[in-house]
Amino acid sequence: MKIVVDMDLCADHGQCVYAAPDVFQLDDNGKLVYKTEADESQRDLVEEAADVCPMQAISIED
Amino acid sequence: MTGASGQRVVVAGASLGGLRAAEGLRAAGFTGEVVVVGDEPHMPYNRPPLSKEALAGDLAFSALEFRRRKSVDDVTWRLGSAVAEASLGTREVILADGSVLPFDGLVVATGLRVRRLTLPAPEAGRYAVRTLEDAVALRADLRPGARVVVIGAGFIGCEVAATAVGLGCEVDVVAPEDVPMQRPLGPEVGAAMQRRHEAHGVRMHLHRLPAVVEARTTGADADPGLVGAVVLDDGTRLPADVVVEALGCVPNTEWLAATGLDIADGVRTDGWMRALDPEGHPRSDVVAVGDVARFPNALFDDVPRRVEHWSIPTDTAKRAAPALVAGLSGADLDPAPFAPMPSFWSDQYGARIQSFGSLGVADTVRVLEGDLDGEFVAGYERGGDLVGVVGVGLMPSLMKLRAEMITALQPR
Repeated sequence: MKIVVDMDLCADHGQCVYAAPDVFQLDDNGKLVYKTEADESQRDLVEEAADVCPMQAISIED
Repeated sequence: MTGASGQRVVVAGASLGGLRAAEGLRAAGFTGEVVVVGDEPHMPYNRPPLSKEALAGDLAFSALEFRRRKSVDDVTWRLGSAVAEASLGTREVILADGSVLPFDGLVVATGLRVRRLTLPAPEAGRYAVRTLEDAVALRADLRPGARVVVIGAGFIGCEVAATAVGLGCEVDVVAPEDVPMQRPLGPEVGAAMQRRHEAHGVRMHLHRLPAVVEARTTGADADPGLVGAVVLDDGTRLPADVVVEALGCVPNTEWLAATGLDIADGVRTDGWMRALDPEGHPRSDVVAVGDVARFPNALFDDVPRRVEHWSIPTDTAKRAAPALVAGLSGADLDPAPFAPMPSFWSDQYGARIQSFGSLGVADTVRVLEGDLDGEFVAGYERGGDLVGVVGVGLMPSLMKLRAEMITALQPR
């Protein structure tokens, strides 16, 4: 599963971090860092992360 | 085995709560028909940017439509058609155009509508901010130098004020409270936010109400149908090119009046989001989601509350959809208590106010870190226990406190 975050939209709300902490993290400066590939077992959590993004910046490409 | 394929669920409301409910029904295994009815002509779209990024012109209005899961590709969308009435006896929803939709299960997701001024006032130049059309129209009038009077100092009023300042407008804010955002944030943090607004040139008229909205009577653009000034209850006259009414919202529940459900302030539900009759008995075939729902959150107590946060439609729909499917199929409900961590944010002048928890149940507020006029974390306590936090900046501290609250407040 391929994950794309539109970094022009991302406003570092961090909601994705609560939903899928193995994929999304905020660094020490509060900026988003994320994995562009995740295992299929993470799909539900990544979908959840995409749902709760206030800027709707996360998309999942199969 | 859940949801016979011959069954139909009607979702009344096509905003975030309605979308998440439809997705939730599919995730819970419901294979029947799902019909989503919405009064607006648009597919579900994201409202928070309407007072911030989109109003400022930093985000295209066309970019606000929500991503939808593939699971709802077969959902029927009846857009541009408001619900008018429901009958639980015959299990029917009647739309404003007269069409009748029979249902086996009903999701109430009709949300809120803005409260408008009750004063007689010219129509042109007055705006609310709830829908896409509202924001597009207001945006066109927020020209540099425009005199903007914002009535109401809640989050929407304050965000519009900050956005208007950023667009070069002159801004007055009128509100009856002691400080802006007083009800959600409390007096200490609200006072600090007032100082931020005033530092950016906003004139705050607190303890004041509008008494008269005057028409434009002088100048080249004199027009009896266009706003010209707002006169306050102490006689202060604020010239206005634009009046923004940010007076809060009321739940859209009139269409449920004949159902016998408890709709005293939104739809009262149990912890599975099942609608309750006035005796407190849950319906197995009706759930409510989003800010129209008045539900208990086991993290704090058993008091049902409506919560107007962006996170709530998603949280409640994920609880409600499986409960409705269980009701339709006779399956068991999820025995776990419903205890979502509330969360909201507000962006004003490039600073983000971020909150977790329930500020409204607190009895004491103290600054835990930083300075209210800069970056800070404020803790909201009830009986000495932390029940909420508000911060500007300091995200790592806020995230740590959020995690601690989830552990400490977990219902046992």
